[in-house]
Amino acid sequence: MKKWNIVAMAAVLAVAAGTFGGVYAAEKLKVGFIYVGPIGDLGWSYQHDVGRKAMENALGDKVETTFLENVPEGADAERAIEQLARTGHKLIFTTSFGFMDATLKVANKYPNVFFEHATGFKRANNMSTYAARFYEGRYIQGQIAAKMSKTGVLGYIVSFPIPEVISNINATMLGAQSVNPNMKVKIIWVNSWFDPGKEADAAKALIDQGADVLTQHTDSPAATQIAEQRGIHSFGESSDMIKFGPHAQLTADTDYWGDYYTKRAQAVLDGKWKSEDTWGGLDSGMVVMAPYTNMPDDVKKMAMDTQAAIKSGTLHPFKCPITDQDGKTVECKGGTHLDPGQILSMNFYVKGIDDKIPGK
Amino acid sequence: MQLVLERRAERSTVIAVASPLIAVALTVVTFAVLFAIMGKNPIDALSVYFIEPLTDAFTLQEIAVKATPLVMIAVGLSLCYIANVWNIGAEGQFLVGAVCGSWLAVRTNGTDAGYWVLPVMLLLGALGGALYGLIPAICRVYFGASEILTSLMLVYVANLGMDYMVRGPWRDPQGLNFPTTAAFDPVASVPTLFEGAGRLHAGSVIALIIVMLVTVLLGRTIMGFEIRLVGAAPKAARFSGFSANRLVLFTFAVSGALAGLAGIIEVAGPIGHLDPGVASGYGFTAIIVAFLGRLNPVGILIAGLFLALTFIGGEGAQISMKVPLDLTKVFQGILLFYVLACDSLIVYRIRLVRTVRKAIPAHA
Amino acid sequence: MLESLIEILQLIFSVSFILTVVTASTPLLLAASGELVVERAGVLNLGVEGMMIVGAACGFAGAYMSGSVFVGALCGILAGAALAAIFGILTLGLAVNQVATGLALTILGVGLSGLIGARFVGEKIVPAARLDLPFLTGMPVVGRILFGEDAFVYVSMALMIAIWLFLYRTRAGLVLRAVGDNHASAHALGYPVLRIRMLAVLFGGACAGLAGAYLPLAYTPFFIPGMTSGRGWIALALVVFASWRPGRLVVGAYLFGAVSILGLALQPLRLGVPQQLMNMLPYLATVVVLVLISRTRGTAGSAAPASLGMVFVPDR
Repeated sequence: MKKWNIVAMAAVLAVAAGTFGGVYAAEKLKVGFIYVGPIGDLGWSYQHDVGRKAMENALGDKVETTFLENVPEGADAERAIEQLARTGHKLIFTTSFGFMDATLKVANKYPNVFFEHATGFKRANNMSTYAARFYEGRYIQGQIAAKMSKTGVLGYIVSFPIPEVISNINATMLGAQSVNPNMKVKIIWVNSWFDPGKEADAAKALIDQGADVLTQHTDSPAATQIAEQRGIHSFGESSDMIKFGPHAQLTADTDYWGDYYTKRAQAVLDGKWKSEDTWGGLDSGMVVMAPYTNMPDDVKKMAMDTQAAIKSGTLHPFKCPITDQDGKTVECKGGTHLDPGQILSMNFYVKGIDDKIPGK
Repeated sequence: MQLVLERRAERSTVIAVASPLIAVALTVVTFAVLFAIMGKNPIDALSVYFIEPLTDAFTLQEIAVKATPLVMIAVGLSLCYIANVWNIGAEGQFLVGAVCGSWLAVRTNGTDAGYWVLPVMLLLGALGGALYGLIPAICRVYFGASEILTSLMLVYVANLGMDYMVRGPWRDPQGLNFPTTAAFDPVASVPTLFEGAGRLHAGSVIALIIVMLVTVLLGRTIMGFEIRLVGAAPKAARFSGFSANRLVLFTFAVSGALAGLAGIIEVAGPIGHLDPGVASGYGFTAIIVAFLGRLNPVGILIAGLFLALTFIGGEGAQISMKVPLDLTKVFQGILLFYVLACDSLIVYRIRLVRTVRKAIPAHA
Repeated sequence: MLESLIEILQLIFSVSFILTVVTASTPLLLAASGELVVERAGVLNLGVEGMMIVGAACGFAGAYMSGSVFVGALCGILAGAALAAIFGILTLGLAVNQVATGLALTILGVGLSGLIGARFVGEKIVPAARLDLPFLTGMPVVGRILFGEDAFVYVSMALMIAIWLFLYRTRAGLVLRAVGDNHASAHALGYPVLRIRMLAVLFGGACAGLAGAYLPLAYTPFFIPGMTSGRGWIALALVVFASWRPGRLVVGAYLFGAVSILGLALQPLRLGVPQQLMNMLPYLATVVVLVLISRTRGTAGSAAPASLGMVFVPDR
C-alpha cells in the first residue's frame, strides 16, 4: 500500500509540476511593467521602477523583468501590453489609471497571463487592481503643515481633478484642520502629471499668494526646488525629494511597491495568484513616509504619533462626521469612517476648502 | 575649389527611382553604426526593428492599425503641400474631428440607437475637421496671414478645447470623475475585420479607398491638375485663370476633413472612447509620412506602412533589447533627412568647381 | 467682482509676479531672438523645439560634468548650433524644403536629447547664481527685478539690444535684411546669400540651444526629458506675433510669459474661467495678431520678409 501511495504521490506531483510548474519552474518568470512616464521622472514612474528592482533583488534568478516607459495612454497602450503578453511575460503591471480599458481588453484575450492594474477599478479573473492609501500620508502632512505654517496658507499643486487627487486634498486639509481649524489652502491645476516648468511657475504663484508650505500631486521635484530657493517648506511626492530641497522638505509620502510586486510575483511562482483588489497604506508598507526633517522635535513627535495611530487603525483620516464645503454632512457608509468606495470616487471638497472642483 | 549646387536641365529619373532606396540604405547603415556605438549587435537590432514585426500576424495587423491614421492624414496633407500650401495643423484637425464625431457617440450612449450612428459620426468628424482646417485657410486668403503659424497655433487650441470637454461636460458619469468619456457603444464603434483575432479594422479599408480616390483626383481631374500647377508654376496657373485662393480653401478643407476622419476613426476604433491621451502627435508624424512618400498617394501608403513598422519595431526593441524609445525618434528624423537630401539630387546636382574670382572693376 | 479685480491687480503688480514672468519669458525671448534673425534672412527653421531641447540636455550634461553653469551654457549653445548646422547643410546646401527639414530636426532633436540626457536624469546641479549688488539689489520694487536676476536674463536683454543694433544700425544687418526680402536681387548685387543665411541659421541654433540650456541650468535645476514642453513652438509664434521686429519681440515674449503664468496664478482667485481657456489665450492671441498685422499690410500679403521659406539656388 505504502509503495502505491508513494507512486501516486509522485504521479500527482508530476502532473502538478507539468501543469503549474512546467512553464514556470523550468524558465524564469517574465514580469512586464508598463510605465506612463519616464523612469527619470523622479516621481510616480520612478517609484514603480524602484519597486521593480526591489522585486528583482528579492527573487533573483527566478524572475526576469522588462519595462516599457513613456507609453501613451491611447491606442498604443493596448499594443504595448499585448506585446508583453505575447512575448512570454506571465505577469504584467500597468501603472497608470489610463491603461485600464487597454489592460482589460488584453486580459480578456490572454486568460493565462496575469495582469495587475494600478489605481483602477475594473477587474477580471486574471486582472487585479492595486493602489496605495496615499491619503494616510497626506493627513500627516496636513498636520505638519498646520504646525509649520506661519501664514496659515498651504499651497497645493495638482494635476487633474480625479478622485484620487481630490481625496488627497481633502485628507491633507482634514489633517491640517485637526491642528488649526482655520487653515487655508490655495490650489493650482497644472493639467499634467509631469511638467517641471509649469510646476515651478505654479509654486512661485502660490508663494506669491501667501502660501508658505507647498505640497503637490504632480511628479517632478520642481516645487521642492522652488521652496528651497525661496526659503519655505515643502512636501515631496511619490519619492523622497530631499536631494532637491535639503532645507525645505519636511517629509514626503513615498510609494513603495517593492514588497507588493515581490509578493505577487511569488504568488505566480507558487501558482497561487488570484485576482484581488489591494489597497495598501502605512500598515502594509506601501506608503512610506520619508524621514521627518527640518522641523522642531515636538512637530516630529506629533507626526510620528499620528503615523502610529493610522497604522494601528485607531485613527482614520476620513473619520465621520465629514462635512462638505456646502455644509452638508456626508453619509458615513463605513461605520465610523468613509468606506473605500466613497474615498475612491470622492467628488467633493470638505468644509474649509475655499475653492471649486474644476469641471463640476 | 568649392561645392556648388546646380539645377539639372531635366529631373533625373534614375535618382527619382533610386532615391528612396538610397535613403533607406543610408539610414540603415547609420543605424547599424549607432547600435554598435551603443553596444548592441547591429544585425540583431535591425532584425528586431524591421524584420520581426513582419513575421507575425499580430504585428502585421498592428502595423496597419498604426499606419491607417498616418496615411489618411498624410494623403490630405500632400494635396496641400503640392499646391505650396503649408498645413501644419493636422493634429488640431484630427482632434476636432475626433471631438465632433464623439459628440454623437456620447449623446446616443446607452440609448438603443441604430446602425446609422457610426456613419454619421464619421461624417461629423470629417465635417468638423474640414471646418477647422478652413480657419487657417480663410486667414490666409482674406487676411494674408501665414497659414503655417495659424494652423500650428490652432493645434494647441484644439488640444485644450478637447481637454476641457473630456474633463467637464462629457465626462463618463460612471467613471468616478476620471477624465474619459464612457466607452462607445458597439453601434458607435468601428468594426474590426477579424473578429477577436487582431485589431485590424474597417478604417484601414477606408484609408485604402482614400488613397485610390486621391490618386485619381490628382492624376485625372481638372482640380488635381490645378493643384499641381499652382504648386509648380504659380504664375502660369494665374494666367490660366485658376484661382489660387479657391485652391487654398479646397486643399485645406479636404486635408482637414481627412485628418478629422482619421481622428474619429481612431477614437471610435482602436481606442474606443475619448480621453486626453488621444492626442499622440499623429498630425505631425503624418507630415513626415507625406514627405517620405514624396507627396504621392501610393508613395504615402508605402511610407506610412514603413514608418508604422519602425514604431512597432521600436517597441519590440524596447522589450527584447532594452533599447530606449528615443532611438526610434532619432531614426525617423535621420530617415527623413536622408530622403530629403536624396530627393534634392533629383532636381539638382552637386559639382566641384573652381572658385571664380570676380574681376576687379576698373574705376574711373 | 470688484474684489477679484483688486486681487488681480495686486497680483500683477507685485514684485514676485514680475520676477516670475521675467524668468518664465527669458527662454522664449532667447529662442525667438535667434529665430528672428534667421527669418529676417529669409529662412524658416521650424526646428526650434528640437534645438532647444538638445541644448537643454547638453547644457545640463556639461554643467553636471564640469561643475560650472557657464560651461553648461556653452555646451547648450554648441549643441543648438550643431543641430542648426545640419539644417543649414540640407536647406541651404542641398536646397531641401525648409518646412520638412525643420520638422525632421524637431523630431531628431527630441529623440537625441532623450538619449543624451538619460544618464543625467535624477542628478542635480547648483543653479545659475543671481546677481547681488550691495546697494542696488536691495532697492525696493525695482531692486530685484533689475539687479537680482541671473546671467541668462541679462544676456537675453543684451542680445535683444545687440540684435536691434545689428539689424538696423549696421551695414551687415542691412545686407541680411535685404537677403531676406529679395534674395535674387541681393545675389545680383554680389552678396553671398547662402553664406549669410548659414551664419544666421547657426546663430539661431546657438540662441535656441542657450534658451534650452536655461531651463535645467537656472529655471528648474535638474534635467528631465521633454522639459521644454513646447516652448520652441511658442518662440516661433512669437517671431510672427512681433512682425519680425526686435522691439515688439520683447513685448511679445513678456506678454506670453505673463499670460501663461496668469493661467496658473489666477486659479486660486476662483474667477470661474476654465483653466484650459486661460491657457488657450496665448495661442488665440497669436492668431488674432497674425490676422491683424497681415491685414494692415494690405492685400499684398503678410508682413514677413518676402523671401521667407523660399529655396534659393544661386545661378552661375
